[in-house]
Amino acid sequence: MKKTVAIAGNTGPKVRSDCEIALELKSEGDIKIELTSKVKVLYGESIKKLITEILNFFEVKHASVKIDDSGALPFVIAARMESAVKQLIDTDLEFLPEFLKENNYTSTRDRFRFSRLYLPGNAPGLMINAGLHSADGIILDLEDSVAPEKKDEARILVRNALRQINFCGAERMVRINQGKRGLEDLHFVIPQNVNLVLLPKCESADSIKEVEETIAGIKKKFNLENQVFLMPIIESALGIENSYEIARGSENVVAMAIGLEDYTADLGVSRTLEGTESFYARTRIIVAAKAAGIQPIDSVFSDVADMEALKQNVRVSKSLGFEGMGCIHPRQIPVIKQGFAPDDTEIEKSKKIVLAFETAKRDGLGVVALGSKMIDPPVVARAQKTIGLAIRLGILSSDWINESQPVD
Amino acid sequence: MPTKTVINAAGRSVPLEINGRSVIPFKGVGKHKPDGRKYSPPIPVCYDYPDDGNKVVSSLEEALRKCGLKDGMTISTHHHMRDGDLISNKIFEIASALGIKDLIWFPSASFPCNDPIIKYLDDGTINRIEGSMNGPLGRYVSEGRMKGTAVLRSHGGRVQAIQDGEVIIDIAVLAAPTADSFGNAKGTGGTSACGVIGYAKADYMYASKVIVVTDNLIELPCFPMEIEGNYVDYVVVVDKIGIPEKIVSGTTQVTRSPDRLLIAEMTASFLEKSGILKDGVTMQAGAGGTSLAIAVFVHEILKKKGWKSKFGFGGSTKYMVKMLEEGQMGFILDAQAFDLDSVKSIENNPNHVPYSVFNAYNYHSKGNLTSMMDIMILGATEVDLNFNGNVVTHSDGYLLHGIGGWQNCLHARNVILPIPLFRDRIPVIVDEVTTLCGPGELIDVIITERGIAINPLRKDLIERVKGTGLPLKTLRELKDEAEKICGIPQKPQFEDEIVAVIKWVDGTVIDVVRKIKAG
Repeated sequence: MKKTVAIAGNTGPKVRSDCEIALELKSEGDIKIELTSKVKVLYGESIKKLITEILNFFEVKHASVKIDDSGALPFVIAARMESAVKQLIDTDLEFLPEFLKENNYTSTRDRFRFSRLYLPGNAPGLMINAGLHSADGIILDLEDSVAPEKKDEARILVRNALRQINFCGAERMVRINQGKRGLEDLHFVIPQNVNLVLLPKCESADSIKEVEETIAGIKKKFNLENQVFLMPIIESALGIENSYEIARGSENVVAMAIGLEDYTADLGVSRTLEGTESFYARTRIIVAAKAAGIQPIDSVFSDVADMEALKQNVRVSKSLGFEGMGCIHPRQIPVIKQGFAPDDTEIEKSKKIVLAFETAKRDGLGVVALGSKMIDPPVVARAQKTIGLAIRLGILSSDWINESQPVD
Repeated sequence: MPTKTVINAAGRSVPLEINGRSVIPFKGVGKHKPDGRKYSPPIPVCYDYPDDGNKVVSSLEEALRKCGLKDGMTISTHHHMRDGDLISNKIFEIASALGIKDLIWFPSASFPCNDPIIKYLDDGTINRIEGSMNGPLGRYVSEGRMKGTAVLRSHGGRVQAIQDGEVIIDIAVLAAPTADSFGNAKGTGGTSACGVIGYAKADYMYASKVIVVTDNLIELPCFPMEIEGNYVDYVVVVDKIGIPEKIVSGTTQVTRSPDRLLIAEMTASFLEKSGILKDGVTMQAGAGGTSLAIAVFVHEILKKKGWKSKFGFGGSTKYMVKMLEEGQMGFILDAQAFDLDSVKSIENNPNHVPYSVFNAYNYHSKGNLTSMMDIMILGATEVDLNFNGNVVTHSDGYLLHGIGGWQNCLHARNVILPIPLFRDRIPVIVDEVTTLCGPGELIDVIITERGIAINPLRKDLIERVKGTGLPLKTLRELKDEAEKICGIPQKPQFEDEIVAVIKWVDGTVIDVVRKIKAG
């Protein structure tokens, strides 16, 4: 017998900004809507109107709907309703909320990716204000943070979130699932102006190509122009061995991350704070990424309460050559950003070196010297890189050279 | 019966009579100047009290009987036992068993532990509550189920009402963590220590009869006494006046919500960049998670700059105590201790000084401590486009909170409301507040996670933060932003019936709460 009852969404004492919708298809009678909501006085009518509109859209004529709402925004209610409908009815229709025009921005290959905030793909409460915390990127996660039985509804929620939530300039990222499900995920998110797709547990360049082709197909079908960058996540010994090929798997690969929980599990060792067990993997990733001209990105730091340990972790990460790190809590963002940005001492030292270099160039000297010390060309190059970074981050004025005292 | 109403100076329709007594409509801030003299309680004669000073009687029931408990009396309690209060409900349990009717409960605040009071409202023991009504009690009132009309006052307004004789307390039943047989009592010591019992001051001074209830009777003298035995009629010893872990939080906690932390960070940054935070600053912040986070951020700024706050006004918390102990605060003047660290600090630190709301908040007195404060951090359930604030009802029209010290604190130099722009889809900034509790002219800055709005009346502040990079917006812009995300809410529907009145700090009626329309 065909299923006639479906439940989508979340409810419970700790759930906020979400709703659970129970839909029962009937063979006759009107649409019946039963609403329990803490915002019933304020939004009861508009919730019922929205539900009716969605049922009409999917041509459901006889049904009873029970909504247990904890203050879900309209795009969340719409996603839950659509998920419930799609459990019972085969349809390719999508009930799309308005795409906010402010979400129509693009990204660039070499933008900073110091901090990227993970958001569980089925938890709308965490998404709404995520953009306010100034992360470089925001990841709507369809993979590990979503329970297997919630994967389908998370896709629809993430799709709606990409249309309706303003992430305030953060790079718009989605982590898809592995394999076939991941390729299906792309159909939901690519048309929503996603800037970057994260590919979990990546082990070969082939899987990059597969994703690349699927994305190209979707873009062609919808006539989309937006560029979609890729960030493979390496989480296994095999992935580490193939990391250089993966990094060069497509010209759209702009960064490569390491996922240490799965990697250490693959090795059968425990993950420690010192990270000795993953030292080789991390440095290997860094070398592979740099060789391929992309950004190496470190794993997340999971103790959200310990900011000191995070700071220390970022320090090590930066010293190894990583150019960013994942965040699982917004409070980690400023610590990570600050950690990867050049500090005052570095900037001051670099300024002196660059000034000495400029002075030597002006005076036609072949050798750059700072005091009694000779400065090698790679040192100058590194200093120039640091200065460039400081200017782009707004820590240093682009006209700093004219604002500085000349070196004698 | 239709009530005669007029439009008050705030544009609100308010009655001229409540519970059979005439009241004065709000006239504007600082406009009402009462004449006459303060209320005086009856003159007692010490001949009527035991020569040996021992006023201990066998039970609360005996004490109430001896005080002449009868129909229609006003019974006052303080809220220092907070959510661990075991005495207030007991009073009405006794009264109900005695068949007493139509009492007026006059607490300085109520807590979820007082929800059983509903039983005594239902059976007619209590006619009405004049105090705060939270949660189920608020709902009860909003649904029009309370016999009399509720009266909500600020902490200072309550003191003013007692002092001016608007409320005549027949019997004050005052829980005391430590007391002696003469009735001297204090907030420290014993197993139910709450630190201070400053809210009891007006009650014991002005009530006709005073009962001190303690679970820690010590030899005379109980020192330093906050309640003076000369005002006390009877002392009752019980097993427990409160549940210790609910009297004070073991520990108050900074919010973990990233959005609230962001608001707190923006608030601290605003205080610093506007120059409000400076060496010698005076300040007050509550015990809510966001306020605590602000205290932590402010503490960091003070340390970084080598500044020191002259004094802070409590409700104290461990975060304030830390400022005191680490040298970034000179004194804590304290009306209530919110956590165990604060209670300990009051016991041990001479610079942590008990201070009653009678001194701090009473508008009909010769000075107002809050007007000396540079920084006042407050909350609100709603703020409207004219900066008017609501703290008692939610946007759905239900009465859900007391006023606390909120109205009194509006007299500070810089009143700052750090509030989320919406809570679970409920926008905080509205066209017009559901219930007016504080006039916008006294509210200076609204800080939300999506921007900061400064009251146009504060041209000085607007000038001072120019070019600081703070995200300044108008309230209308913030409201539009919230409504774009949440949708435009419907309005709650009310009956004409007035279920509660809101008093301003001077005893005038600033607004009313009407019965929710069933549906």
